[in-house]
Amino acid sequence: MATPQAREEALLTVRKVTLRFGGLTSLSEVDLSLYRGEIRSVIGPNGAGKTSLFNCLTGVYTPQEGTIEFITADGTPTQLVSGPPRRRRSRKPHVVNRAGIARTFQNIRLFAALSAFENVKIAAETRQRTGPIGAMLRLPHARANERRSDARTRELLDFVGLRQVADELASSLPYGVQRRLEIARALATDPALLLLDEPAAGTNPTEKRQLEGLIRRINTDLGVTVLLIEHDMKLVMSVADRVTVLNFGRVIAEGRPEEVQRDPVVVEAYLGSTEEKP
Amino acid sequence: MTVGELPLAVRRPRRIDPRWLRLGGWLVLGALLCVMTSTEEGTPSDHWLVVRTALGSTKLIGWLLAGAIVWALLEVWRARGLGTVVSGRTAGVRGRWHEITGGRRAHWLFLGIAAVAAIVIPQFLSEFYQRVLVDQVAVFVLLAVGLNVVVGWAGLLDLGYVAFFAIGAYTAGYFTRALPVKPPFHLNPFVILPVAVVVCLVAGLLLGAPTLRLRGDYLAIVTLGFHEIVQLFLVNKNNWTGGNQGAFGIPHFSINIFGIHYQWTLASLPYWYLFIAMLAVLVFLFDRLEHSKVGRSWTAIREDEVAAAANGVPTVKYKLMAFAIGASTSGLSGVLYASRIGYINPASFPVVLSITVLSYVIFGGMGSLVGVIVGAALLTFLPAVFQEQNIVRQEDIPMWIGAILVVMMIFRSQGLIPSRRRRRELGLAAQGVSDADAMSETPEGRA
Ligand SMILES: Nc1ncnc2c1ncn2[C@@H]1O[C@H](COP(=O)(O)OP(=O)(O)OP(=O)(O)O)[C@@H](O)[C@H]1O
Ligand SMILES: [Mg+2]
Repeated sequence: MATPQAREEALLTVRKVTLRFGGLTSLSEVDLSLYRGEIRSVIGPNGAGKTSLFNCLTGVYTPQEGTIEFITADGTPTQLVSGPPRRRRSRKPHVVNRAGIARTFQNIRLFAALSAFENVKIAAETRQRTGPIGAMLRLPHARANERRSDARTRELLDFVGLRQVADELASSLPYGVQRRLEIARALATDPALLLLDEPAAGTNPTEKRQLEGLIRRINTDLGVTVLLIEHDMKLVMSVADRVTVLNFGRVIAEGRPEEVQRDPVVVEAYLGSTEEKP
Repeated sequence: MTVGELPLAVRRPRRIDPRWLRLGGWLVLGALLCVMTSTEEGTPSDHWLVVRTALGSTKLIGWLLAGAIVWALLEVWRARGLGTVVSGRTAGVRGRWHEITGGRRAHWLFLGIAAVAAIVIPQFLSEFYQRVLVDQVAVFVLLAVGLNVVVGWAGLLDLGYVAFFAIGAYTAGYFTRALPVKPPFHLNPFVILPVAVVVCLVAGLLLGAPTLRLRGDYLAIVTLGFHEIVQLFLVNKNNWTGGNQGAFGIPHFSINIFGIHYQWTLASLPYWYLFIAMLAVLVFLFDRLEHSKVGRSWTAIREDEVAAAANGVPTVKYKLMAFAIGASTSGLSGVLYASRIGYINPASFPVVLSITVLSYVIFGGMGSLVGVIVGAALLTFLPAVFQEQNIVRQEDIPMWIGAILVVMMIFRSQGLIPSRRRRRELGLAAQGVSDADAMSETPEGRA
């Protein structure tokens, strides 16, 4: 797949990443090339290692082997994992976020006691340079930053259609709304790549349709590359440009949604598990 | 016993009517209060003397009777469902009350009233109470406001907070030539204030930088150890610190610029105003801090460190910032204290004092500026009143404060005047949603 041309456009390149927990291998020599501007879906049965892959990308876990390279906004390739074997280090999660990768969580992790607005605002202002002194004295640049992040937060709440619940507590919102709020929060950090971990889980059909539209708009209107973990095949088939299939920590197939759907290896993997058939 | 006999052995316990259990509880409480209020003094050879005499005296009957009466009243209250009636009747009023007290305007109104009261009322107090206000209330309120940044806002447990108070005080001792080790130049206490702030800031950063990367609970142990080390250093490094004797003759504050001359003296009132001015500045700055990017980032870290880090919040940096801000506030108070009292020694900064300040913060309501100020003021002023009026003996005061804290934690764990954010968090954390401190996680997930 990696023709020379395609490699030039790669935004994220994962090579031979292996992640073990004691005796359990959760990712095994995973290769993944993500191209700028695409919507890529990662599918696979429960326990296939999808979330583990996200955690490796965002610095939550450090894979024992392999490399992860991300091209930052200014075009420089950055290694997200480095160091000799045994002393390997991932970039810290907040550094990964600054580099341009934002994520949502499979089990929603909002700041529950804060309002929807504050949830997004916290993310919107992480790159501002306001320090404690500026904040205490309300220096002009601190005030300007506040105004900027307020505006940005309103913009994003509008974008995901949550303007009217801005002042509600995050924890009081319905599940599907919380999912969208988490996406807005992730977008507030101005990512080049957005990782969505099962955004449709627990949402109703109407919310699924909204979500589908939202993912498309994130991709086209904001120009954000999307990596989507999803069990809902209808959603995957309709939004994903390409699909990567994981099973037992290995990439077993990759390609256009229709191709993957017909791939006997994939069908076999899903039949062998308790998952619904793709 | 054979296996066959087992089911017989496991008998269902008989259910006791909870009413009688409650009566038992009230009677035990009555007996306990009877012992606690006893004026008898135990001796090292007879620890039970107090208990024996208290429980043997006729006063016990009075206390038990009081317990039974309270129980009876509460049972009637419960049986008639008066609780729901009253809460229904007062719901409107309480709603209004929350509306009024919850807002930002009420916040400033309260602070304004408190400021006026703080300026006017002490004028009419006796010298004894003025001294209590400065030496107890002002010092501890200032300390509590600083610790609130660390504990209430960043959600870190700091058990060595008063070590920085000691460092601030000894910095004052050093630069006023009161310590055996002499400085290259002599400074006015006013100039020492920023110096001590910087010294404690650096000390806080040095201590926090390696430990704040770890899980939050390690910080509690490290800070506790740090306090112990500071204490031992002060005691043992005789030729620098003056050992157990400490330092004497730390001069009072004085102003001597632009033709204005003013010298603080042993009188309490001028010092009270100095402390209050300092407190006002801190409250003003910290209130802004709480409602800024910094305060929001602290909240985010407290609630979900993983999510905060994933959204670009440098968690270690913000924890370190809170820790250092707390440390420098403590140091600032140390300078004021040293100059006010005039002498310092290691015994003035025992480890238990860190715990005391922490308990004031928890009592008042972690994370709420108004709460910790009121909490620390009450728990320092009321004991002095009780002691002066001979209601409670001085040795018994820690016991009563402990009892109040226990009761408080059972019935109102969020503190006297909790912050709204904090109250919500505790509510949600109790339901298993989200977190209320930065103790149990690292940015990489649950450790
Ligand atoms: N922190 C951990 N410690 C030990 N094992 C782990 C850890 N995280 C993940 N695993 C294991 O790695 C494997 C992959 O888990 P992962 O969560 O990545 O699966 P997934 O594809 O996201 O599944 P699901 O569809 O259920 O979300 C599982 O066997 C899991 O038990
Ligand atoms: Mg998963």
